[in-house]
Amino acid sequence: MKISEEMVQGITSEKAKWMYQKMCEIRMFEDRVHELFGQGLLPGFIHLYAGEEAVAVGVCAHLDDKDSITSTHRGHGHCIAKGCELDGMMAELYGKATGLCNGKGGSMHIADVEKGMLGANGIVGGGFPLATGAGLTAKLKKTGAVAVCFFGDGAGNHGTFHEGINLAAIWNLPVVFVAENNGYAEATPFEYASSCTNIADRAEAYNIPGEVVDGKDVTAVFDAAQRAVERARKGEGPSLIECKTYRNYGHFEGDAQKYKTSEDKKSHVEELDALKTFRDYLIRQELVTEVDLDEMERSVKEAVEKSVKFAEESPLPTAADLTKDVYVSYETPERGEQ
Amino acid sequence: MTRMITFSQAINEALQLAMRKDENVILMGEDVAGGAEVDHLQDEEAWGGVMGVTAGLVQEFGRDRILDTPISEAGYIGAAVTTAATGMRPVAELMFNDFIGSCLDEVMNQGAKLRYMFGGKAKVPLTIRTMHGAGFRAAAQHSQSLYGMFTAIPGIKVVVPSTPYDAKGLLLAAIEDDDPVVFFEDKTLYNVKGEVPEGYYTIPLGQGEIKRPGSDLTIVGIGKQVQTALTAAEQLVKKGIEAEVVDPRSLSPLDESIILDSIMKTNRLIIVDEANPRCSIATDISAMAADKGFDYLDAPIKMITAPHCPVPFSPALEDIYLPTPDKILKVVSEMIEDDSIVKL
Ligand SMILES: Cc1ncc(C[n+]2csc(CCOP(=O)(O)OP(=O)(O)O)c2C)c(N)n1
Ligand SMILES: [Mg+2]
Repeated sequence: MKISEEMVQGITSEKAKWMYQKMCEIRMFEDRVHELFGQGLLPGFIHLYAGEEAVAVGVCAHLDDKDSITSTHRGHGHCIAKGCELDGMMAELYGKATGLCNGKGGSMHIADVEKGMLGANGIVGGGFPLATGAGLTAKLKKTGAVAVCFFGDGAGNHGTFHEGINLAAIWNLPVVFVAENNGYAEATPFEYASSCTNIADRAEAYNIPGEVVDGKDVTAVFDAAQRAVERARKGEGPSLIECKTYRNYGHFEGDAQKYKTSEDKKSHVEELDALKTFRDYLIRQELVTEVDLDEMERSVKEAVEKSVKFAEESPLPTAADLTKDVYVSYETPERGEQ
Repeated sequence: MTRMITFSQAINEALQLAMRKDENVILMGEDVAGGAEVDHLQDEEAWGGVMGVTAGLVQEFGRDRILDTPISEAGYIGAAVTTAATGMRPVAELMFNDFIGSCLDEVMNQGAKLRYMFGGKAKVPLTIRTMHGAGFRAAAQHSQSLYGMFTAIPGIKVVVPSTPYDAKGLLLAAIEDDDPVVFFEDKTLYNVKGEVPEGYYTIPLGQGEIKRPGSDLTIVGIGKQVQTALTAAEQLVKKGIEAEVVDPRSLSPLDESIILDSIMKTNRLIIVDEANPRCSIATDISAMAADKGFDYLDAPIKMITAPHCPVPFSPALEDIYLPTPDKILKVVSEMIEDDSIVKL
């Protein structure tokens, strides 16, 4: 693993702890969700982010609540990195009234607007123009906020890729487009579906910076995102970062993944694991002690267990919730008896 | 020979027969074969569709005829319109009908209108297979039933089968048809089994079927809701009420006479549809019955539909979102003014 041998600018001890904590939260949350799904406790479609933690965390390390992100169907990692509470997330996956979306959205629509998390998305490619819109607000209201669009390699072939990025580029909007190239869209390889070597190569066509980084190396993602976010905040317009990564689980829970090779799987899960390599980096750079890292892992595990308990004990939504929140207001005058 | 196979197998078999019969029939869509250009898979498919409906077809027909596409619905659905207009007979899969948002122009403005705009000088023998329906805990963007929207577009035919037998015969008819047809598959029906003959047969588009004869009231069901209606009808028998269950099978063209003939006999009409109620197939059939069958009716027409809201994720909410046999019994009891029916 070529995780930086040198200190990466900006990764202070405090930042490093936050990053490792978030990466652990994502990994342990996802591993637990994988188990719960296997036990038949979670309804619906679940797409797990495990393996790709370095992308969400390396990027969100530069954001705060006023910044927005748009996510994908594989959204749990983005949620966690953007500061969403595990309890509310887990309850949402269970379809409980205490979930982040009151049980209305589930895994594929998990969101927390107050944290700037504009939603996982059931529509591949949905996020490009949505991030562009949040960037437009930031520019018009001069909030200094940026918007980040996380998207998959498959989404890069949807027409909205072009429309969203071109719009952000001509209006010079503070948007960072982050490709999570995990090599596959469902069972379709990136190489087959995309007539480009790198998604980031397309940046040139929009006259914006494009950069390919090792998406398993959180320090590399952090570094590239730092430049892109700064550029956006300075009003210099959008950037495109492509993170080469790997999803540890199937496309969705239940996928036999015959299209993957076992060598790839083994090397990604065992040697190139993003948490493992970052942990080694932190110890090597003396940024966090092993004792502290162990303690963090223990407390995250507890927090995840707590979220499961919270979700299980939470109430379900009731009939009155069904037609609530379709609109802000919607009056249908009652017709009086005649 | 007839045997019991699933809704999914019936569709797979129809595609296989159509492809054997006519070499112009091709399939395209996301992961319809799966694992394109993955060396170690060779011709063994990785997926055969997200629900496995097209599994095995790539082994027989090869990747020239089973085309995996990028996630570019506007691209490949648009391309399918003109492969159809220029001599092929494509079956394009729009994985979930909800994704029509990504390619509505290609369907509504191109495919549906080419023939008319060109003065009848083009034809578009395109079939779009697509998944619909709630009950799968798939939430608001993967659970809609949008057949009403397509029915509203002149130039498109719309089919919504409710049984494996109908699915096979209607899909073969859709593929043979020279107009664009959108073929709806309810994701919760895929594992339902039914009797299906082995060979090639078609069911004409625009021909409904009485799924259960009865004389006291007519229940028109759409897709999976035919089954809900049949379940309710069984319970009504205990009260001495014989409901006739009508399955239109295709919504465009719509078999108006099967519905009108039925209400002429029963004098009562209930429509059960899980789509949203406004500007829907339920309102469409109600309007048609009121317009052409008013004199036959002894009671107001009733619609049992989803409420005017998106499909919720939580199972607790989704279960009350959908029509149920109980909801039908309640409406029947109000219609026939006999409260004991609800308690059956
Ligand atoms: C418009 C649209 N088309 C198709 C799908 C079905 N679908 C869901 S996820 C997915 C693959 C996405 O691949 P990618 O963008 O690479 O993201 P990854 O799953 O690898 O994170 C597909 C085809 C969808 N949800 N929306
Ligand atoms: Mg991917």
